[in-house]
Amino acid sequence: MIQFLLNQDLIKLEAVAPSLSILDWLRIKKGKTGTKEGCASGDCGACTVIVGDKKQGRWQYKSINACLMLVGSLHGKHLVTIEAVSKTDFPQLEDLHPVQKAMVECHGSQCGFCTPGIIMSMLALYLNHQTYPGKLAAIHALGGNLCRCTGYSPILKAVEKCFEYPRADHDWQSATQLLENKLIQSATPFLVEQTRHFYLPQNLAELVRLRAEMPNTRLVAGATDLSLEFSQQLKESSSLISLTQCQELLSFQSDQSGIFIGAATPYSEFVGEFCKIYPEASELFERLGSCQVRNAGTLGGSIGNASPIGDPAPLLIALNASIELTGKKGKRQLPLDEYFIAYKTTQLADDEVISGFYIPPRPANLTLACHKISKRIEDDISAVCLVLALSTDDSQINHARVALGGMAAIPARAKQVEQALLGQTTSLVTFQTAASLIHQDFSPLSDVRASSDYRIKVSENLFTRIWHENFGRIDTQAQSLTIQPSATRVNHAAL
Amino acid sequence: MRHFEINKTELKTSQVGKSIKHESAVKQVSGTAHYIDDKPHPSGGLHGYPVLSNISCGRIVSIDTREAEHSEGVVKILSAADIPGENDVGPVFKGDILLADDKIDYHSQPILLVVADSYEAARKAAQLVKIEYKTEKPQLDIATAINNKDWVRPPQVMSLGDAEAELAKSKHKLNGQLTIGGQEHFYLEGQISTATPTEDGGMFVQCSTQNPTEIQHTVAKVLNRPFNFITVEMRRMGGGFGGKETQAAPWAALASVAALHTGKSVKIRLARADDFKITGKRHPFFNTYQVGFDDDGLIEAANIEVNGYCGYSPDLSDSIVERAQFHADNAYYYPNAKITGNRCRVNTVSHTAYRGFGGPQGMMTAEQLMDDIAYYLGKDPLDIRKLNLYRPGRDTTPYHQTVEQFIMQDMIEQVEEKAQYWQRISQIKAFNQSSPFIKKGLALTPVKFGISFTVQHLNQAGALVLIYTDGSIHVNHGGTEMGQGLNTKVAQIVAEAFSVDSETVLVNATRTDKVPNTSPTAASSGTDLNGMAALNAANTIKQRLVEFISRHFEVELAKIKFVDNQVCFGEQTLSFAEVVNLAYINRISLSSNGFYSTPKIHFDKEKGTGHPFFYFAHGVALAEVEIDTLTGENTTTRIDILHDVGNSINPALDIGQIEGAFIQGMGWLTTEDLKWNQDGSLASFGPATYKIPAVGDTPAEFNVELYDSANPETSVFRSKAVGEPPFMLGISVWSAIRNAIASITGYQYAPDLDAPATPEVILAAVEKAQAWQNEHNPLTTEDLQDA
Repeated sequence: MIQFLLNQDLIKLEAVAPSLSILDWLRIKKGKTGTKEGCASGDCGACTVIVGDKKQGRWQYKSINACLMLVGSLHGKHLVTIEAVSKTDFPQLEDLHPVQKAMVECHGSQCGFCTPGIIMSMLALYLNHQTYPGKLAAIHALGGNLCRCTGYSPILKAVEKCFEYPRADHDWQSATQLLENKLIQSATPFLVEQTRHFYLPQNLAELVRLRAEMPNTRLVAGATDLSLEFSQQLKESSSLISLTQCQELLSFQSDQSGIFIGAATPYSEFVGEFCKIYPEASELFERLGSCQVRNAGTLGGSIGNASPIGDPAPLLIALNASIELTGKKGKRQLPLDEYFIAYKTTQLADDEVISGFYIPPRPANLTLACHKISKRIEDDISAVCLVLALSTDDSQINHARVALGGMAAIPARAKQVEQALLGQTTSLVTFQTAASLIHQDFSPLSDVRASSDYRIKVSENLFTRIWHENFGRIDTQAQSLTIQPSATRVNHAAL
Repeated sequence: MRHFEINKTELKTSQVGKSIKHESAVKQVSGTAHYIDDKPHPSGGLHGYPVLSNISCGRIVSIDTREAEHSEGVVKILSAADIPGENDVGPVFKGDILLADDKIDYHSQPILLVVADSYEAARKAAQLVKIEYKTEKPQLDIATAINNKDWVRPPQVMSLGDAEAELAKSKHKLNGQLTIGGQEHFYLEGQISTATPTEDGGMFVQCSTQNPTEIQHTVAKVLNRPFNFITVEMRRMGGGFGGKETQAAPWAALASVAALHTGKSVKIRLARADDFKITGKRHPFFNTYQVGFDDDGLIEAANIEVNGYCGYSPDLSDSIVERAQFHADNAYYYPNAKITGNRCRVNTVSHTAYRGFGGPQGMMTAEQLMDDIAYYLGKDPLDIRKLNLYRPGRDTTPYHQTVEQFIMQDMIEQVEEKAQYWQRISQIKAFNQSSPFIKKGLALTPVKFGISFTVQHLNQAGALVLIYTDGSIHVNHGGTEMGQGLNTKVAQIVAEAFSVDSETVLVNATRTDKVPNTSPTAASSGTDLNGMAALNAANTIKQRLVEFISRHFEVELAKIKFVDNQVCFGEQTLSFAEVVNLAYINRISLSSNGFYSTPKIHFDKEKGTGHPFFYFAHGVALAEVEIDTLTGENTTTRIDILHDVGNSINPALDIGQIEGAFIQGMGWLTTEDLKWNQDGSLASFGPATYKIPAVGDTPAEFNVELYDSANPETSVFRSKAVGEPPFMLGISVWSAIRNAIASITGYQYAPDLDAPATPEVILAAVEKAQAWQNEHNPLTTEDLQDA
């Protein structure tokens, strides 16, 4: 059995399919139709709901896609839907919450179908900020909510305006207290339908035991990719083991020996700390999926899924990260670039789980460059993701790792490019010579996102950009233009 | 800046002209606005899901439904043989097959309908049907269609003067071509219908459609019943954009067939990926032109051919390609013009109405012409545009309608001045010279869009106004609410007629049994037609009330005034509700229908001449963009729009339409990239691969203003239609990207730029421009250092 809160109500669930999404549970089983299905693939945000989680003694709320998150992962959480945002069930203007009132006053809804999802994303932002956090934060909060009618201007205005009204906070304390009192951590929470289970092991020992007992059972974390098999391909789910409540996998540690990131830690919970050490990676994470996806998605999920187009893998490979696998026989570590074997095939054994990632300490003279190319800035999958990590000694390159996504069946290093960089000075010629070897390292596919030629060409050209952004100003010998780093990229349209 | 305030001295009204919130806004933000899938499905209600072909062209050899029939929850599997009436849902011409029984003409064409007790069961069983095909090679190439004259409808020519002869005489001639991508509507609410059998063998259909009457007709024909046995209800759509003008019909018809066979309510809702694959989109086009002009860039003759990828059947392509022809001049005078339109058959889904209805695709070529002439002559594109505008004496369109309103010059000058076109052009040129990788572009493009259905008989509307004895008013009209605020505007119009608050007026579901024989809510005509019909109905009742008061209180008609929820006459004042109640007691009818048909319009299709448009709506957009010449990445950083909605009925709603349409137009020409596989299947069949603009794509500076000018024609409160025209303001972005690319060559070369201008397309155009530059003006290292 699992227990959680739906708005003010305590819910106990046991006999449901492991693949049941929060969206289908709300709309079909509960008749709560305020939450809309736009795409059922996590790309439009119409089904956005808020999930609260008690952390460090405090309930913290974040937006997620109800179509992607599985209902089983709600155990111990507080699910907040559009129905609970205003004061009454059928509100008048004066009963509305500030985020709703602002949307009405700014004329932020037209057809209204995306609106409940947008309200929930706005509410998550509101719950986490006392004052308007600025336009960039608004864009990051709403990047995963598509609106086809308004062109977003009034919505962006509403995000600003909702903070101008007197503060209105919901009183959920009695409900959350009720849930806290009911939660008794004894057996592993689970769901079952016929023979198919959804397990929520609470610690690593339990997780490893379940994994060893049921090697054919799928592992799931944020479910941001796995759910598509259920909603898009209509596959029957096997039993699932969720990693999302396994305490040892929910951590981020950083010290002189480097960084450890627990495999099931959602991006939104470690990216801030990570980017204090690697600020160059901020944009990559800001553009990884949407806010809803970053609130659910995990490194373990992305790497475990072995997608050729996930953005974290090139970053971690370039940073020389290792992956930690835990099984009955204990833990083992291997370099991440050796973890991937072929398309969606990895070194993970049947009785193992990915428990975390180690990143060595940041070298003193590291130059890190992370570049993502996609058709759209917000919530798009990379045509090419290129991460370059260099260490220099007296402007000579003594260490180079270049990893790309979208260029092969697995995220991979550009080894000939790396060789061409090693031992050279950080001149534009060095970079362009190295770039010209990209096509020897990769023969990318042409697909819906980009042609093979474009992928090669843009990867090559990124080396020119990287040189100008990192070395252009200090390259006094070169016979070429030196330009400001700010002039190497187009501005974000909205800023 | 969003300028909601209008200051029109000539218009003294109480309701019309106010920025009243959308009638459903409070419900929408609370999740209580019901869309069809939110309505409780009756107990025992069933779900239908189509079985789709996985080839694009060929014949069905065999169908094996055994496994699907035994799948859990399956009630029935229906085929073409189960359709009691016509197996064709073509809206105007035959050819749109409901369920294929032999020939397959496009990928994912529906073949069967699985009916089951749940949505999931129906979808899963649909996957279990095994179909064998004899596969033929699909025809997907427009060049082949043009060569083989493979049309879904005959070509059409509009001509003025003798374009070919005058072209030969012109001193300067250019020719060019342009491939323009299609566009998925991506209404957030997908296609959905619920059909419930009624007791007399009829059907009650709830459908997310822009065209309830056509749904009524289609269901009746498919069920072989008279129209009056079918009732269609439509409260609101979660977006339409043209995608629910004809494309809603198959699902309503199939749900009705299933309801007939099972006796139960049947709902069909397409999953997003299938909605992408099975429903028509904006037509991709391939256009060519030859243009002749003088030393100043004044056009002497233009020969333009527009070719629409229509898909496998006519659907609305006859009129859509015709509208592309109607707008191949945009705002410019071609003294000699030949505009040819071809409706090309390809083995894809049948492309359909989408905001602008072919107009945008035609207009692209007009704007391409202007830029090409400017770069060829070394002049600024804005000067070429202004030079060629329609003006008195140069006012005949290629279809021989005379342009009568000349506000474009003034609108352009206002934007030019306020948004500082010339200062910015010189700043941008300076920036581009010193910026090796990032190039900026600026472009001003106008829109002149013809308002009216070009099929004359569609330009009519009906409405029903009911006043209850408490003074509350209920209005039904033939239009449909898809977010554009039509119901809000109609409420304002009726409220204005009685001088009551618009909250007094309730406009809700469109129903075929309230207002019959309606036209689709399309061609931007919703308010023009239905607002006028509602006003006529209201005025009929008002006239009765005035005459009644005059008789009852023995006052002169002229002294009776409706003001602020009251009726004043002589010394006396009664509340509107009191007057209504008194009229009821005195047995005065408090309901009326109203009717409207647009005057002045006619068009001779054979000759290609006439007066198809009641009036033109105008707009001007100035776009500033940045492109990255290393990657092709691009952003639109500033937009200034001045748009003509006549006297605005609701400035907030009008500006909402303008902003939303602009962004949709920008998306069409930049990120929205429909890709088909070689087998004719759609590769970009979901929002993961088909990218509509997201919140970060809205330009940081986005100024929208309404042009202060009443409609010279007698439209409802002298307003103008607004749904489609601002969509084409997005062309300014495409033109600005060309401007940025042209900067690489010192603006001497007009870069080819097919749409959508994705980073990949832009990078390829940049490389071509760089190659041109290297060939024509090789720069030395010294040049570079000087720069």
